[in-house]
Amino acid sequence: MTTQNTTIPTGDNRLLEETRSTKKVGWLERTVGTDLYRILKGMVKTPTSVIGMILIFIFILIAIFAPVIAPPVGNDPYKMPRDGFMGEPQAPGSPWTRNVPEIPFWYKAVTGNEEWVHLLGTAQGQYDIFYGVIWGTRTAFQTGFIVVIATVLIGIIMGSIAAYYGGGVDNIIMRITDIFMTLPYIMMALIFSAVLTPILGRSLLPPMIAMITFGWMGYARIIRSDILSIKERDYVLAAKASGLKNGRILFKHILPNAIYPTLVLATLGFGDVVLSFAALSFLGIGTEIGYADWGQILSFARNWITSLDRYWYIVVYPGLTLTMFVLGWNLIGDTLRDVLDPRMRGKI
Amino acid sequence: MTNYIIRRLLLVPLLLFGVTIVIFGMLQLLGPVERSALYIKDFPKNDKQVQAVIKQYGLDQPFYVQYWRWLTGVVDPVTGERDGGILYGDFGYSRTASQPVIDIVRERFPNTVDLALWTIYPMLSIGIWMGVQAAVNQNKFFDQAARVYSIVGTSFPTFVFGLLLLMLLYAKAGWFMPGKQSNWVTALIYSGELKQYTHLLTIDAILNLRFDVLWDALRHMIMPIITLSYINWATFVRVTRSSMLETLRQDYVVTARAKGLKEKDVINNHARPNAMLPVVTLAGSSIVGLLGGVVITETVFNYPGIGKAAADAAAQLDVVTILGLAIFTGTILIITNLIVDVIYAFIDPRVRLT
Repeated sequence: MTTQNTTIPTGDNRLLEETRSTKKVGWLERTVGTDLYRILKGMVKTPTSVIGMILIFIFILIAIFAPVIAPPVGNDPYKMPRDGFMGEPQAPGSPWTRNVPEIPFWYKAVTGNEEWVHLLGTAQGQYDIFYGVIWGTRTAFQTGFIVVIATVLIGIIMGSIAAYYGGGVDNIIMRITDIFMTLPYIMMALIFSAVLTPILGRSLLPPMIAMITFGWMGYARIIRSDILSIKERDYVLAAKASGLKNGRILFKHILPNAIYPTLVLATLGFGDVVLSFAALSFLGIGTEIGYADWGQILSFARNWITSLDRYWYIVVYPGLTLTMFVLGWNLIGDTLRDVLDPRMRGKI
Repeated sequence: MTNYIIRRLLLVPLLLFGVTIVIFGMLQLLGPVERSALYIKDFPKNDKQVQAVIKQYGLDQPFYVQYWRWLTGVVDPVTGERDGGILYGDFGYSRTASQPVIDIVRERFPNTVDLALWTIYPMLSIGIWMGVQAAVNQNKFFDQAARVYSIVGTSFPTFVFGLLLLMLLYAKAGWFMPGKQSNWVTALIYSGELKQYTHLLTIDAILNLRFDVLWDALRHMIMPIITLSYINWATFVRVTRSSMLETLRQDYVVTARAKGLKEKDVINNHARPNAMLPVVTLAGSSIVGLLGGVVITETVFNYPGIGKAAADAAAQLDVVTILGLAIFTGTILIITNLIVDVIYAFIDPRVRLT
């Protein structure tokens, strides 16, 4: 190794120093591999991504411990418990009379109250906002994971088929992508979920299917362009020369090397997916009324815009939660992009 | 150039065909009875009549037959009247709004255009200005603030931002209001005192020299304008900044500085024009987005544009209406995209060759 380095006659000395320095390879780097190690190191070293990770970590904890934080009332924990049928929203700290949940162990220590009160107030129809926020975290993770994984999978399949086979196949697939990209995303997702709702009923499914149908194009484009550049490498030629089948070359040799940018885009996408999902529920599409879902609590606010100064809590609490969630993912995604593509560091 | 335009024009029918196929495919998920709203106003209750309607309009025919009928409509053999046919501008009948879908478009689209017109200027000018300033003051306070803003801005959901605006500026302060116009303006329009030359309220107000009407319209529009600008600025800052930084590193900028030009001239006359190319692309797609119906913003502020119409119809599961609106916006988007692409090819000659 050292002899090789010293044979470099001229050039950037700094670069030479760096290559020559005997860097110690820690156990972590050895176990996870150099690429992943570099990414992890970059993530931990950037303050913004640390903030993002802390935010997401808090949300993960909330999602896992939802039954402890807000003990379920009734059979379906995802239904926000309601304290009667009064139309007007009730302020935070108002007493809870009907459907009172059990008091969890942390409750007295944190709030100082003996009895359950509506910690964050209630929305219209006396749905408890605190429950909506806590259990809504689970809804957010569920929809986010399913939609992101499904869109990435479809994107990878479409993009890699287009790139690998090229020619007519490529042309057809990419024109289909163009057509889907012409249509405005939120509007099409809205429309398709409205079409699906009478067929599937009001649930998480219609908006999720709609978002998957109109969300895969970005991934397909990225993976296609990455595969196109990798396809020409020598090792792919070598694999072809050794008589491997197309599918094997694509999945074993090309995809693993082309997939990183798509994965980054997917993390960035997680926040966006949750955001769009909340937007759809805000517009009145998706789950049945009373389902713990941030967008839906916010949609209640639409009926009270003349007196939002009095009922600020129906906007501020779920709104803040949603914003923090999306912000967390965006902070992580932003750093990931910098780490994976050092040329872009500080530019975006 | 001509070559490029021709190639680009050839793409238009393909895109239109694709968009209509996607939307028609969605329609096919409905039952034949619901689909009859494409051709007739009210569907009969009687089972026999329902079957007759299905037969008359061929709602049980194969996909391609129905698709063709959907495009061209069905001519009544006796009266010679044409029912349906989106090529003839008949997008079906909206059962929730009790009017033909094309009338909804006619009523609502001018409002969307009006809002877009007033949003474009603040969106572009301030967004680009912030991006340039951030790049010029790289790593200083303004730059850091702009970068934080561009991340927070993209994370802040439109409807949360809108609701907060409503809370502060409408419910609390009472300066601006949601909706489109006050009641007295509506009365003025109905009485015919305010002549509607363009159906864009603000433009009509100016043409009628009624500045009180203009002020009223702007008071209703200002919150959607702020919201739309706010979200778009975040992206504009990002793109302008990175493009500007790239340009400032070029040799010719160094040359300009070495010649002893003032820094202001270097930035404004040498660097900025060349840094604008990616920004033009973004501006194009943002404007296209504004015209394509800003569903969420219009819904939050109760602004009666195309997006609000689509959201209302969707919430009531009126599929024929929303798909009609989708066809319309899809067409508008394809046309505006075409215009943007051609303009871009004029600005950046490299595009013509690809």
